[in-house]
Amino acid sequence: MSKINFKHGMVEMTHGAGGKAMHQLIEQLFLKAFDNEWLLQRRDQASFTVDNSRLVMTTDGHVISPLFFPGGDIGSLAVHGTVNDIAMAGATPLYLSVGFILEEGFSLNDLQKIVLSMAKAAKEANVAIITGDTKVVERGKGDGVFITTTGIGVVPAEVQLTNQIAAGDKVIVSGFIGDHGIAVMSKRQNLQFNTEIISDSAPLHSLTTQMLQAVPNIHCLRDPTRGGIAGVLNEWANQYGLGFVIDENALPIRDAVRGACELLGIDPLYVANEGKLVAVCAAADADNLLAAMKAHPQGLDAAIIGVAISDANCFVQMKTSFGGRRIVDWLAGDQLPRIC
Amino acid sequence: MKYISEFRDGKMAQLIAEKIKRTVESNRHYAIMEFCGGHTHAIHRYGITSLLPSNIELIHGPGCPVCILPIARIDYAIALAQLPQVILCSYGDMLRVPGSDQYSLLKAKAKGADVRMVYAIDDALMIARQNPTKEVIFFAVGFETTTPPTAVALLQAQKEQLKNFTIFCNHVLTPIAMQALLEAERNDMDCRGGPLCPPLLEGRHRGLPLRSDLQIEKRKGLDGFIGPSHVSIVIGSNAYKTVAEQYQKPVVIAGFEPLDVMQSIEMLVLMINEQRYGIENQYTRAVSPLGNIKSQQFIAQTLELRDRFEWRGLGYIEKSAMKIKAEFSEFDAEIRFPMTIAEGKEHKACECGAILRGAKKPQDCKLFATACTPENPLGSCMVSSEGACAAYYAYGRLSNE
Repeated sequence: MSKINFKHGMVEMTHGAGGKAMHQLIEQLFLKAFDNEWLLQRRDQASFTVDNSRLVMTTDGHVISPLFFPGGDIGSLAVHGTVNDIAMAGATPLYLSVGFILEEGFSLNDLQKIVLSMAKAAKEANVAIITGDTKVVERGKGDGVFITTTGIGVVPAEVQLTNQIAAGDKVIVSGFIGDHGIAVMSKRQNLQFNTEIISDSAPLHSLTTQMLQAVPNIHCLRDPTRGGIAGVLNEWANQYGLGFVIDENALPIRDAVRGACELLGIDPLYVANEGKLVAVCAAADADNLLAAMKAHPQGLDAAIIGVAISDANCFVQMKTSFGGRRIVDWLAGDQLPRIC
Repeated sequence: MKYISEFRDGKMAQLIAEKIKRTVESNRHYAIMEFCGGHTHAIHRYGITSLLPSNIELIHGPGCPVCILPIARIDYAIALAQLPQVILCSYGDMLRVPGSDQYSLLKAKAKGADVRMVYAIDDALMIARQNPTKEVIFFAVGFETTTPPTAVALLQAQKEQLKNFTIFCNHVLTPIAMQALLEAERNDMDCRGGPLCPPLLEGRHRGLPLRSDLQIEKRKGLDGFIGPSHVSIVIGSNAYKTVAEQYQKPVVIAGFEPLDVMQSIEMLVLMINEQRYGIENQYTRAVSPLGNIKSQQFIAQTLELRDRFEWRGLGYIEKSAMKIKAEFSEFDAEIRFPMTIAEGKEHKACECGAILRGAKKPQDCKLFATACTPENPLGSCMVSSEGACAAYYAYGRLSNE
């Protein structure tokens, strides 16, 4: 992995895109500076124990543009994102905090819409927003509104998520991928196209609860947000020192998403999701887990998409429907459309 | 998905592969160039090489708009972006291409330049209308595919009398570049020098394990071309007449889907076997002999040939690029913002030039996959997904490691 040039380098958009550059920044700056056992778990949340209770804590910044998109808005997204990061540790989300950074001149009507949407999402997810902070920056110093949410949850005693992956483990995705990213892109100012796709933004803890009841020792859970499925699998491959082989024919992708991706020249494996999860479990548990997922409304379209393999190169490979194999690498920067 | 999956049918690919195997003459070598980066991408993404007999060699051509732009033009674009009150717009991949000292438009943006990625030149026109106090410059790149929209934008800007919109025009021409490659090769047949000769000879059979027991005849020169898809929609299949007739090469216009490529290779092998030259069209669902006449008229109305233009890897080629006509000079960024740009500085070890000529393969470059990776591209071929290096990096490493 190449070294970041801290002396002359500067922050670029790629540092926040969920790909290799962001991974490098986390490894070479944050992990090194904050160095502790919880951070070294390298997950979207940290698990720790207080008086024999297993607690989980996570934080998330939301800077999405546009603020309102088909199927959600920055407010509901901020709640779902944090609730999901807690759920992916097998925990029940309890409390959230929220920090607003507002730009001078931002419409109060829009702010109200966002806050009411947050309240509704929190109520539906059965979490309380119990503290918060508000700051305003001068016009031009922010993009309307930025929201940071922090969440705390508790892991039920029976849950035994191992956070280990071994060769032979199966990879399951909970439903159609790419919906959120394509829904948001369809409303970007310079890219308006008509699609019936709406964001999949949703809280996932009721699904994870049902999954963990069926298979208490699921190996890993992750919500594939920025960087998509490819990002999650590459992070795991890197973290656990193994590879993955996924099957293109098994990937649940809506035709509309596939079509939009073809048109834009992007790959649905890298497109963000906000209401889907990827689970890894022992091969022997896979059918059982898949059945539990399919029995939940959020897992109707779940599918086993691949398997972990031993591979010193830590490659994520895909068996293509054309009959070949190819590498599904980290995303180098933002996905950019091709020119011709 | 309808009209996509049919062209990516693995079973059909096996059938065509069998046909190709039966058709090739085992005692000869087939050197086929896919001119277009789109084809390079498809060939790697779908692992087409692995379906072909070992005596068919696919040589990657220079048809990647991001790759062939010389560093000096990128430096010019970066300098434009850094002018006060300028908003510079361009297509996605262009922003990441390193100019001199590895500086790129993305880096200029991080330093404060207003650089915007757009999906179409219309967006740049819109930005110009919305920002009358700013100078909006569109960094136009690409082969004939992206040229018609530039032409239409010029007409539109003139009609609206936009005072703050200019185009930095870098459109280049496909058939001329093919001819330049073949011309270099022709001079090369009995020469010992010249800028293009040695690498073209030296690299011809690189990267392909030739089996000694087969006594393959090592032919000099390209045996044929897989012709561009989208470019040909605009210019028509007749546009390759000179390539086909004067240089006596078979050209098969091919679609971008993997079965298109497979079928085109089969057609080329037949033509080569029968020593037929000329143009055949596999991509009949989109390409006609005359192309898109209306697009051609827009181009003729607004743009004209440059005397010469520098191509990365190929050097200066006469009449190989377009510039904005004098009647539209008020929209020409090169006239509105003239600049003297020093000759661009390539990374010393970068082999993009030889790779673009088809003389070297990405893995022949010392920097490939070590210092030069998609997240830190040192040369243009690693930037665009159509670039040979990026395609090898993304899809080729599996078989090499």
